[in-house]
Amino acid sequence: MSGSTTVPAPQPLDRGSGPRMTWRLLDYWATVYKRTWRGSIINSFVSPILYVVAMGVLLGGFVKADPAKLDGAHSYLAFVVPGMLSAQTMQVAIGETTYPVMGGIKWHKSYFAMLATPLRVADIVLANLGFAIFRIGSSAAVFVLVMAPFGVFTSVPGALAAFVIQLLLGLAFAAPIFAYSSVLKDEGGFSIIYRLLMIPLFLFSGAFFPLSNLPAPLEAIAVCSPLWQGVDLARMATLGTWHAGTALVHIVYLVVLAALGTWLAIRGLTRRMVK
Amino acid sequence: MAVISAPLARSNGRELSRAGATAVLVYRNYLVYRRGWIFFVTGFLEPVFYLLSIGIGVGKLIPSFDIGGQVVPYADFVAPGMLAASAMNGAVFDTTFNVFFRLKYQKLYDQILATPRTPADVARGEISWALLRGGIYSAAFLLVMTALGMVHSWWAVLALPAALLIGFAFAGICMALTTWMTSWQDFEYITLGTLPLFLFSATFFPPSAFPTWLRWVVECTPLYRGVVLCRELTTGHVGWASLISVIYLAVLGLIGTRIVSRRLASLLLT
Repeated sequence: MSGSTTVPAPQPLDRGSGPRMTWRLLDYWATVYKRTWRGSIINSFVSPILYVVAMGVLLGGFVKADPAKLDGAHSYLAFVVPGMLSAQTMQVAIGETTYPVMGGIKWHKSYFAMLATPLRVADIVLANLGFAIFRIGSSAAVFVLVMAPFGVFTSVPGALAAFVIQLLLGLAFAAPIFAYSSVLKDEGGFSIIYRLLMIPLFLFSGAFFPLSNLPAPLEAIAVCSPLWQGVDLARMATLGTWHAGTALVHIVYLVVLAALGTWLAIRGLTRRMVK
Repeated sequence: MAVISAPLARSNGRELSRAGATAVLVYRNYLVYRRGWIFFVTGFLEPVFYLLSIGIGVGKLIPSFDIGGQVVPYADFVAPGMLAASAMNGAVFDTTFNVFFRLKYQKLYDQILATPRTPADVARGEISWALLRGGIYSAAFLLVMTALGMVHSWWAVLALPAALLIGFAFAGICMALTTWMTSWQDFEYITLGTLPLFLFSATFFPPSAFPTWLRWVVECTPLYRGVVLCRELTTGHVGWASLISVIYLAVLGLIGTRIVSRRLASLLLT
């Protein structure tokens, strides 16, 4: 027997076609969340509510504007709530797809560990985005529930629609930012995202004031911002002022952004990790 | 390291004075930031963005406010609040995240204390750096305010030292708190402390929005004192009462510096 043993040639792993293993990462993300949920409470629940009280209720008490100037909202609070909800969605989406993604690639290298199993890059990306959607969804659900007694939603379906819009808006941010993080060499690039993308979008995308208050050239730029697409959709939902054509444009815009972002994220991470 | 030791070598082995020892750490931080100038520049933009958005965008929805009998547009009311808040935020950032990293991971202070430097030198050095950086931001912000016509009095030149004083108070207290932190998760408590201060210290609306009892609480917070001081200076409504804010903030900063020196000594030298 000795000397005549033939070592079987290594078989290429059957990684299958399509991201059918994505759900296998469910327990990984559940474990991560079990260990980190406390930290997420302040960022995704407490701060937005403080903003709503400060800006919506207290500052709103000084706003003397008729509904025509507030995109049809009967009070500044009703105007600002869908804006703050969408802004929170953007912040959670960016938070989940910047430093954690860099960590998976570079610091704790969990993506490499995942890739050493039959999981494929697409599975890793989709499971990560799925977790981001969970974080966005749970934050948005709490926000909508807490705001309901303030009388800012005109109908229950409207409040539900505002919630569903957050999932789409969240993915439209999470996927492209994931794509950006997947090709970034070091974390310095994130301060550009936070300071030159997130904060200007937060402040100038119609969350705090109607876009018509901006000078015309800035207004034209702000209309193109993905956050404005979400803010306007959420506002239509909470105020019940739907314009079918505009809503369709917003939805198509966000779906394209989400799909393109997902494709680029998978491509970016594949080039980074599969040599 | 070779560059950092240059000023030490120049002293020919003599003991450095307090100021000299402080300068060494400030110089070290300058060398680090020289490579990350983008962080420096973008840090300045944040309060300007807030000023333009809230002051001008939301300002169109709000009638003017009355400050000591003088009616000013909403943007002019918000601007000194943003100046004070950004002095706080800058000082908090420099003395929490950065100091924690240097203390726990980089072990920078262990290295410094292995030389003839003392914990008090470290405290003074880090707080001076936070003030220097904050001072540059505040000066730039005041120039933006002046250019937009939001400054109503020559007293405004004192708004820069006022902003430094706010920075000093928060840098001292926050660096002291950082010495008790054990993990990055603890920074949630810093957010939990600074965000309500930022939102409710009469930065965005006058304290008349609060019920009387809450107004008393708000008026005792350090950021409120800073906001009121900056607002008094940029609108020219300065009085002897302004000194209360000055003394309050100075005392807070001195207490913080003292605690930091003691805590660093007990953490790293025993």
